[in-house]
Amino acid sequence: MNIVNQLQRQFLDYSTSLHREGFVDEQFTQLQKLQDENSPDFVVEVVSLFFEDCEKLINNMASALEQTQGVDFKQVDASVHQLKGSSSSIGAMRVRNACIAFRSFCEAQNRDGCLRCLQQVTHEYSLLKNKLQTLFRLEQQIIAAGGSIPGAD
Amino acid sequence: MEAAGEVLRSGSSQELHVLAVDDSYVDRKVIEKLLKISSCKVTAVESGARALQFLGLDGEKGALGFNGLKVNLIMTDYSMPGMTGYELLKKIKRSSAFREIPVVIMSSENILTRIDSCLEEGAEEFLVKPVKLSDVRRLMKDCIMRGETEVKEGRRVDKRKLEDDNRTSSLSSSSSTPSSSPSPPSSPPFGFDVATSELISSPPHSSKRAKLRDSD
Repeated sequence: MNIVNQLQRQFLDYSTSLHREGFVDEQFTQLQKLQDENSPDFVVEVVSLFFEDCEKLINNMASALEQTQGVDFKQVDASVHQLKGSSSSIGAMRVRNACIAFRSFCEAQNRDGCLRCLQQVTHEYSLLKNKLQTLFRLEQQIIAAGGSIPGAD
Repeated sequence: MEAAGEVLRSGSSQELHVLAVDDSYVDRKVIEKLLKISSCKVTAVESGARALQFLGLDGEKGALGFNGLKVNLIMTDYSMPGMTGYELLKKIKRSSAFREIPVVIMSSENILTRIDSCLEEGAEEFLVKPVKLSDVRRLMKDCIMRGETEVKEGRRVDKRKLEDDNRTSSLSSSSSTPSSSPSPPSSPPFGFDVATSELISSPPHSSKRAKLRDSD
């Protein structure tokens, strides 16, 4: 098996595992299908935007939860809601699920619960970031080796 | 679908021009791609205020009509800071210049009362996020069907006054969608605005475009 085929197989296996382990869902596949020769980096671009969003929102949540004078749970919830939305839009299923749990603690105005959720969300975000970076690296390797990404087109 | 698209008149262009409104950068990027892949021209803005600005409805500009390219469809997120998609919808539907533009609401939350109020205010459809390509394709078809109906009947369709104007509806409804869109659209005679009790009445003698108040 030549190098391109090897890489392609690796890519497919990795992709499958991401889905199986719930890191991404059908919406992510949808995004991959939208990528075309007019926007060959579409997925990477959207995912990068998402990661930027994540970092910003996680910071917002952290500072809001740190307020010793009293936590503005509405503010925290607003950030969680936004994160839930964008994770849903790119198919980041585990991040999204973590947000759903988070929101109920916001509603209950439970600071400790929120802090735990924040940890969880942060954890899921960094896991996903790692996974997707690996996936994108595989794609780049395939293209560098002269092959095409399986499933595209 | 391409052939049907050519029937559409969008000024000189044959493409639908969609104004997308969403405060999330990620969502704007996704919806933009979905629309472009569906052969639409897209203008994506981050807020209701910006959308009104683009349409020339912010009261700053004169009654110039459309800001450049005619907008054929507005797709807006529901939950946005400042002006919600619902508020934007109301402003558009209460504007004599733009009320005929179909407005689609997108929301991550599938709340029945929310859906109802949006449809009542004249939203074309309520899409639950994440929006998929199949949603966009269906919308395009609906817009085209609508466009053909308008062209055939020679008049505008206005879905807002369904209950009141059912008696005048001799229009064939755009029965293409089995979805949440209400059917028979009808046009108020002579553009007269039939205000339902909960609505503010539109400004009298609006030969000019109504100057809308910004809720910001």
